[in-house]
Formats: sequence, C-alpha cells, structure tokens
Amino acid sequence: MSDIIGYILIIIGILFDIFGCIGLVRFPDVYNRLQASTKCVTLGTIMLLVGVAIISGVGPTASRAVICAVFILITSPTAAHAIAKGAYASGVELWENSVVDKYAEHVNKESS
Amino acid sequence: MYTIFYIALLVCCFLCLYRIGRGPSAPDRTVAIDILGIVVVGFCAISSLDTGKDFYLNIAMAWALLSFIGTIALAKFLEGRSFDE
Repeated sequence: MSDIIGYILIIIGILFDIFGCIGLVRFPDVYNRLQASTKCVTLGTIMLLVGVAIISGVGPTASRAVICAVFILITSPTAAHAIAKGAYASGVELWENSVVDKYAEHVNKESS
Repeated sequence: MYTIFYIALLVCCFLCLYRIGRGPSAPDRTVAIDILGIVVVGFCAISSLDTGKDFYLNIAMAWALLSFIGTIALAKFLEGRSFDE
C-alpha cells in the first residue's frame, strides 16, 4: 500500500518537474520563467523526495530524504527572490506586454 | 518503470541546458542553473531508490547546498553588491 502511494507521489512530482522545465523554455521573460519554473520544480522535487521517503520506510534513507526536502523548501524561494532582485537591478527589461510594475513604483518612492 | 523516470528527468535536464546555452541574458542562465541543481537532487533520490544504496541521498544533500550557495553568489553578483549586504 505504501509502495503505491509513494510511486503515485513520484509520478506526480516528475510531471511537475517536466511542466516547470517546459515553462522555463517557453515563457518570454526572465520573471515569467522564474515564476513558472521555480514553483513547479520545487513542488515536484519535494513530492518526489517524500515519495522516496514513503517507499523506503522509517530509517536513515527516509530521514535524509525528508531533511533534503525541507532544505529545498527553505532555500528555493530565497534563491528565486535573490535572482529576481538581481535581474531587476542589472537592468533586464520586462516583457513588452506586461501590465504592471509595482517594484519600480517602490524604488521611485524610496529614491525621491 | 525506473527507466521512464530516468528518461523524464533527463528531458528536464536537457530543457534546462537548452536555456543555459540559449538564454539571452545572464539572469536567464542563472535561473536555469538553479533549476538544474534542483532537478539533479531529484535524480539522485531516484537513483537511491533504484539501486538500494542510500549514499546517493548524501550526494543529493551536498548538491542542494552547493547549488543554493552558487545561486545566491551569482544573484548578488548580478545585483552588483558584495556577498553580505
């Protein structure tokens, strides 16, 4: 029973990974790519690691997989935020059809 | 069954490598490097389940740490600041 749950989690996680990587290739802009790929791949890899932990049962393998999942859950949004701020500061333009840029208003309000 | 998992994750890795090679600006490549690191962590976990050897998960933990630190360093470099600001 736990094997079936684990394999279902692994399959859903790998599907999320593939969708995130397709988003990384297909979207038009740095910020769109960051948003699509980071969220999808983080969720997919965490589900995959939880599936591995469920299949292998209680023990050293499962504990290491859970530690790895928690670490990715903490660090991946941090890295994405840092990349977005760095991309904006290094002068990458938004996509031409983007409709709102709240961060520019924030920066202008701080500088004036 | 594990063959399908390996092929799907390899497709993910090659999509990331396409974006690393093609990406028009430096932040595109940084995003792709970050995503490639996370995908490789999942690859190590699948390898551990397939072969029954759990040292692959040690490799996965070390890879996640190094990928995070490298991404933060690249992002701070793009922003034009030093590492501790």
